[in-house]
Amino acid sequence: MDFFNQDLTSLHSDLVAKKLSAAELTQATFANLKQTDAKIDSFLNLNEDEALAAAKALDAKGINADNVLAGIPVGVKDNIVTKNLTTTAASKMLENFVPVYNATVVDKMTQNDMIIVGKTNMDEFAMGGSTENSAFKVTKNPWDVSRVPGGSSGGSAAAVAAGIVPVAYGSDTGGSIRQPASFNGIVGMKPTYGRVSRWGLIAFGSSLDQIGPMTRTVKDNAAALNLIAGNDVHDGTSSEREVPDFTAGLTGDIKGMKIALPKEYMDDGIDPKVREVIKAAVKQFEDLGATVEEVSLPHSRYGVSAYYIIASSEASSNLQRFDGIRYGFRAKDVKNLEDVYVRSRSEGFGDEVKRRIMLGTFSLSAGYYDAYFHKAGQVRTMIINDFKKVFEDYDLIIGPTAPTPAFKIGDEISDPITMYMNDVLTIPVNLAGLPGMSIPAGFADGMPVGLQLIGNSFDESTLYKAGYAFEQATDFHQATPDLGGQH
Amino acid sequence: MAEERINAEQVAHVAGLAKLEFTPDQLETFTGQLEKIIGMFEELSQVDTEGIPVTSRVTDRHNALREDVAVKSDERAALLANAPETANGLIKVPAIIDESGDGE
Repeated sequence: MDFFNQDLTSLHSDLVAKKLSAAELTQATFANLKQTDAKIDSFLNLNEDEALAAAKALDAKGINADNVLAGIPVGVKDNIVTKNLTTTAASKMLENFVPVYNATVVDKMTQNDMIIVGKTNMDEFAMGGSTENSAFKVTKNPWDVSRVPGGSSGGSAAAVAAGIVPVAYGSDTGGSIRQPASFNGIVGMKPTYGRVSRWGLIAFGSSLDQIGPMTRTVKDNAAALNLIAGNDVHDGTSSEREVPDFTAGLTGDIKGMKIALPKEYMDDGIDPKVREVIKAAVKQFEDLGATVEEVSLPHSRYGVSAYYIIASSEASSNLQRFDGIRYGFRAKDVKNLEDVYVRSRSEGFGDEVKRRIMLGTFSLSAGYYDAYFHKAGQVRTMIINDFKKVFEDYDLIIGPTAPTPAFKIGDEISDPITMYMNDVLTIPVNLAGLPGMSIPAGFADGMPVGLQLIGNSFDESTLYKAGYAFEQATDFHQATPDLGGQH
Repeated sequence: MAEERINAEQVAHVAGLAKLEFTPDQLETFTGQLEKIIGMFEELSQVDTEGIPVTSRVTDRHNALREDVAVKSDERAALLANAPETANGLIKVPAIIDESGDGE
């Protein structure tokens, strides 16, 4: 069983028609997982016994014909807490951490009868763009196992791309859903800030973090966002706006849609082969009856600097809680309490996490706060204003998701700035709190290239509508890597 | 480097604030990397931000009020199971001052 030829709708009809039981689907999923994941290392921790028990209980109860997600196997990024299921955020700091509660999104999955297969690999505490920063394993790109799957949600992306699960959830602080979606040829949505509860998401940059779905098709993605969206009393930043049915506008008709293409997203910093794919996508949208016009986001080039100041500052504060006292790693042979803090943190965190904590602590420290943290907050406002101006005249913005296709494992890990520049096209979206989605748009040298769609605040529906029309007119989403499943 | 933005001494100071420690080799590597990254940050000084307000949050909510309702929980054992060291149902930590050299 792989998920290359079935989407949520077809799996759901098989489950409702009892052609397939939830238990059979779960067993087949684990059988495939064990074979395929030996090659790509996308999962950190499996939930096999509990998943099978939940599937059997669901079979006994019966599949709700109105719930397309009932009985569907799902992967969950390991920075989303799962009650009684070890949650590490891919850090030695949390190697043995067993949460006592579920994240709100996980409660929604289980209450709606999704079957949690396991926890997916990631860059430690979601800091990185290659999943090489995991303390436990390096996930490989299923399209070419010598290449990275992107990150930080690289395990979720690779698992979906390899047909191990039809849907996985990730988190995106500066591109961590969209960039791996682009590198793996799948659909990844970073919802509007506040659309999804962050309760139970291990905090990195609290003004930027959002949880979102990763799937092989746009329609599956819309259904998977329907499940987790909405206000939550446990997250005071989650919006009270009504949540529309994101699958409702998928007609394939986008005639008259006004699309903007920022010139900064097509400049010399972007791989020419990626630009070619995006140019072809522009033509596709025009063929579908939309208009595409060039616009400018003049301050987007400052996004990387502003982001690494803001996100690192928030991280340095959020990660103070890891002190070796109440939970997590504690260093051995400590002499006193100060020793517990310093040695536990120094031995428990990996290098990239330490780098971010250092950058954040520096940016917030006396004498530097105004030049760095305050200034970054002002530049953030200017980036938001650039987007607002464009959305006065356009329905949506398109461009590449990442400047290049997936790079080789080991190529960028020793050069932080090169790694940070991978996020140059995704970061402005997080700074502005807007929704952004990556969809498969073609290939460069055999590796997938993603098209990024950026929407106005709380307008995920337009992204799904445009993404669906593009998907219906193209066959990139049907391409699958040779590795995995019944290939 | 032509212009020193941050030196090893400052990096060690920041590490102290962040409750981290580095070996001399690590300190050298981190100083070089932080120097480059902070150098990148300096491009922000090109942006005229006179009179521009700071954005620190992008939520559409201002206050999130709810009833203050007490909820019973019985998670003591599960919570303590995550603690690195416990004794008599409590989390155990070493002494605040050095445990060696006090005549024990």
